Amino acid sequence: MISIRDLHKYFGALHVLKGIDLDVQKGEVLSVIGASGSGKSTLLYCINGLEAIQDGTVTVDGTDVHAKGTDINTLRQKLGMVFQQWNSFPHLTALENVALAPRIVKGKPKAEARDIAAKQLQHVGLGEKLDVYPSALSGGQQQRLAIARALAMEPEYMLFDEATSALDPELVGEVLDTMRLLADEGMTMICVTHEMGFARDVSDRVAFFHQGVMEEIGPPAQIFGDARSEHTRKFLANVR
Amino acid sequence: MFDYNFHWRPVMKSLPDLLEAAALTLQVAVLAMVLGIVIGLCLALARLHLRGPVYWFATVWVELARNTPALFQLFFFGFGLGAFGLHLSPYLIVLAGLTFNCAGYLAENFRGGFKAVPETQIRASRSLGMTPWQAYSRVVIPQVFRIVYHPITNQMVWAVLMSSLGMLVGFRELSGETQFFASRSFRIFEYFAVTAVIYYAIVKVILLSSRLMAARLFRY
Repeated sequence: MISIRDLHKYFGALHVLKGIDLDVQKGEVLSVIGASGSGKSTLLYCINGLEAIQDGTVTVDGTDVHAKGTDINTLRQKLGMVFQQWNSFPHLTALENVALAPRIVKGKPKAEARDIAAKQLQHVGLGEKLDVYPSALSGGQQQRLAIARALAMEPEYMLFDEATSALDPELVGEVLDTMRLLADEGMTMICVTHEMGFARDVSDRVAFFHQGVMEEIGPPAQIFGDARSEHTRKFLANVR
Repeated sequence: MFDYNFHWRPVMKSLPDLLEAAALTLQVAVLAMVLGIVIGLCLALARLHLRGPVYWFATVWVELARNTPALFQLFFFGFGLGAFGLHLSPYLIVLAGLTFNCAGYLAENFRGGFKAVPETQIRASRSLGMTPWQAYSRVVIPQVFRIVYHPITNQMVWAVLMSSLGMLVGFRELSGETQFFASRSFRIFEYFAVTAVIYYAIVKVILLSSRLMAARLFRY
């Protein structure tokens, strides 16, 4: 379980997250929606420790992410992350991209790491592209590669940071399908997204962020049908 | 009006010696480059990530190496250190001078290379559980190496040609050897013409092998 208590994050004088309290259970799919700059992505970075926090706690399965003694590199193996800009490693083939971390972080033998990589690439529908360099892949394929790369570490949670925002419209579908597949397999996911269809159909809960505050959280039916917050209703009226 | 007769025989007779000197030229240039790459990488990282004395040390090195004549740098390691009682052999003077110079130029190439790799590559690596060192050594540096590959080739060529300054500190590399033979036989033009061809050939071989190696190394 991921537990966030009274999380505060500042960028200089800018108060980006203003006291977030949130629990995400194993197996849950949570979508986080809200305008740009509302702190959604920063929340993800605070969960896997890529950003330091100024107050509060974030714990993953009981381990405090930001505590001094925490082995953050080991903890991150539990937390797969997919970025808006897919960040594939351009100097490695698809297979090497995925096999790298299992090999050097988990210390798996080369052959085993390659087997894991091939399996994960198959999983996201890139089984034909093992020896292709990222430059020869489309944006959608590179994003699926990034998903496979995260899955190869056998994470228990997946964090998606606007995984489809940088894609051409016709490529969004294939990435969303892959994310749906993971949700169906029972992966615990936190998805920062602008895809309202995905948020409504796939999530167990949807959280709405507004100016660093989590204004509202609830089942999709509540958020999309009967939002309590004025800001939520306004936001949804504008994106639809 | 033109009563100079070319005499190539003495040059041809000392060709084996010249080629041996050419090998020495190549050796000192390659060594200086290998050291220069290692030191240049450290200087670049120091200038990018450190503050305080180490940063200033690296910055002064780069400034001096890039903004003063290479010949003066050689003289420093020869006559400069000599004035303090530290006498290096001609070979070491040239090696130290070239290394100092190459490291300074390469440091700036590397610095540009590091800046060209997006910060997000490090974030993605760290999110997979890599340590900062793993992210740098397995993800960032291979990409930097490609970016600076052609500038490094350039610098290699430069190192070969710059080593000819060695003859001014008594080093018998290709130019020093040529000077030695030329002044004994007075066939100055002939000797330096042949030497120029040898330099040209060395550089051509470097450029060609660099291109072949690039094709093997960078498939992406």
